[in-house]
Amino acid sequence: MSVDLSVDVGGLRLANPFIAASGCFGYGLEYGDIVDLSTLGGIAVKGLFLEEREGHPPARIVETPSGMLNAIGLQGIGVRRFVADKLPPLRERGAVVIVNICGSTVEEYAEIARILDDADGVAAIELNISCPNISKGGMMFGSSLQGTHDVVSAVRRVTSRPLIPKLTPNVTDVASFAVAARDAGADAVSLVNTFLAMAIDVETRRPKLSNVLGGLSGPAIRPIAVRMVHECRQAATDLPIIGMGGIMTAEDALEFIIAGASAVQVGTANFVDPFVWDKLRDGLADYLVRHAVPSVAALVGTLDTTRGRTA
Amino acid sequence: MPVDVDAVVLSNTQLSHDYNTVTLAAPRLADQAGPGQFVMVKATSGDDPLLRRPFSVFEILRDDEGRTTGISLLNKRVGVTTRALYALRVGDHVRCLGPLGQPFSLAAPPERAWMVAGGVGLAAFATLATSLRARQVDTTLFYGGRRADDLFSLEIFDALGVHLRLSTDDGSRGDHGNVTVPLRAAFASTDRATPVRVYACGPTPMMRAVTELAASEGRATDVSLEQVMGCGLGGCYSCVVPVRGPAGTHFVRSCLDGPIFDGGSVVWEQLGE
Repeated sequence: MSVDLSVDVGGLRLANPFIAASGCFGYGLEYGDIVDLSTLGGIAVKGLFLEEREGHPPARIVETPSGMLNAIGLQGIGVRRFVADKLPPLRERGAVVIVNICGSTVEEYAEIARILDDADGVAAIELNISCPNISKGGMMFGSSLQGTHDVVSAVRRVTSRPLIPKLTPNVTDVASFAVAARDAGADAVSLVNTFLAMAIDVETRRPKLSNVLGGLSGPAIRPIAVRMVHECRQAATDLPIIGMGGIMTAEDALEFIIAGASAVQVGTANFVDPFVWDKLRDGLADYLVRHAVPSVAALVGTLDTTRGRTA
Repeated sequence: MPVDVDAVVLSNTQLSHDYNTVTLAAPRLADQAGPGQFVMVKATSGDDPLLRRPFSVFEILRDDEGRTTGISLLNKRVGVTTRALYALRVGDHVRCLGPLGQPFSLAAPPERAWMVAGGVGLAAFATLATSLRARQVDTTLFYGGRRADDLFSLEIFDALGVHLRLSTDDGSRGDHGNVTVPLRAAFASTDRATPVRVYACGPTPMMRAVTELAASEGRATDVSLEQVMGCGLGGCYSCVVPVRGPAGTHFVRSCLDGPIFDGGSVVWEQLGE
């Protein structure tokens, strides 16, 4: 039995549902020598502002139980250099490029999106309204319904490319943000970004990160992320979802897909195993064969809650 | 091109209560490893600990015919991964991704090479010494530890014809004090016209002190920095080193552009411990 791994996420066509998560895969080219970039469903490149940024001083990461905190601070080369230097070689390698963008103001988001709308080889735009590690921008917008609406609608006006706001889990009701994003013109949403967190060195009584706070990712957050994808699916059945949060294996990805994600992003797992992509695809295909499901699309949102509800 | 090998442990030699060397069967990795490059190691399975840890390739192992067979790691027991490495048994498996990073740039005669090592920083220098001696560079190892029994693997360097200048904090072997004591003496007895290339690897305060001492003698120092790394491949931007540039401090990924840096360009105040 041959199975179809391809998915459509709000107009974004992917050969398989596995996308490299933004901030975890550089600009993709860093991995070009060891991974065939065209075999990934897509690559969400590191978040870009209009201008170059240096980010936070070290220490930028610290490991925690089954997870890690990061506060990189969106070090990056700026959107124009990305378009000039990174997009052409990414195109040559057949990568499906999802450009993650961030702004300090609504106008900056729109300006970056305008530049990308004119560029060749941008499959979709992911709106970073959820980075917890910067003082202006990111989660500042994504933790208010009005801010979410303002950014999404402003960017929607300047681009026809698939538009995917990336949601923060650091809110009371993430589903209401998915609805707000949809109503403002989003084609899909991706979730979750990292959980705001902290680790302290008790010997020195100092925070372990230079930025004091950081974002928690990895297997430690997976069950919460699955729950949030489930909630968004319930609240906005018509809105495609890209799920993420501690996916290490195909089985982990399946949880998100069954909960309602049309595609998934993989971040921390790539740090542990940069060759994880083949294993994820193979594991997913094996599952579909084993369960006689013809395609990934047919599996999305097939959660059976009958037993859970009567228990 | 880096490879990820599931390497079998060939031996584990416990050098002290804290230090050990592990030899690993990894010919494909050893074939490519240059002096000062590193590997990302996962010594345990499962999600906790989650991330790999960077280790210098200590030695390149060869069989009787000179073919590469594997690598060794010099390990100091500090955290979860290093405790697992200390306790390895022959036949266990360790995942190693590498070789990664840029190798040392090599001195050439008549330039002399002074390698300055503190503690587990020695790990960067066996491959460097081998390359330097292969090109007939007059090479000296300055090596400091807390006590005499903290100074390991001297026979490797001895066999290569490397001069040894040792120091211990308690004076039980070599000079009394830290490694800058014999280094300072060496500078004092060396004509400034003699070309010398200084390499340093060890605790951050030591590398900074060596860089500053060498600079005061008009010498540059190549330091091998051990930043906390997420991926080792440039994906995460965790392991950055603050470097002085024309437009101010710039954060440079040590996994891709390092781990070797010009010590004089490092903004040590921002580097952290």
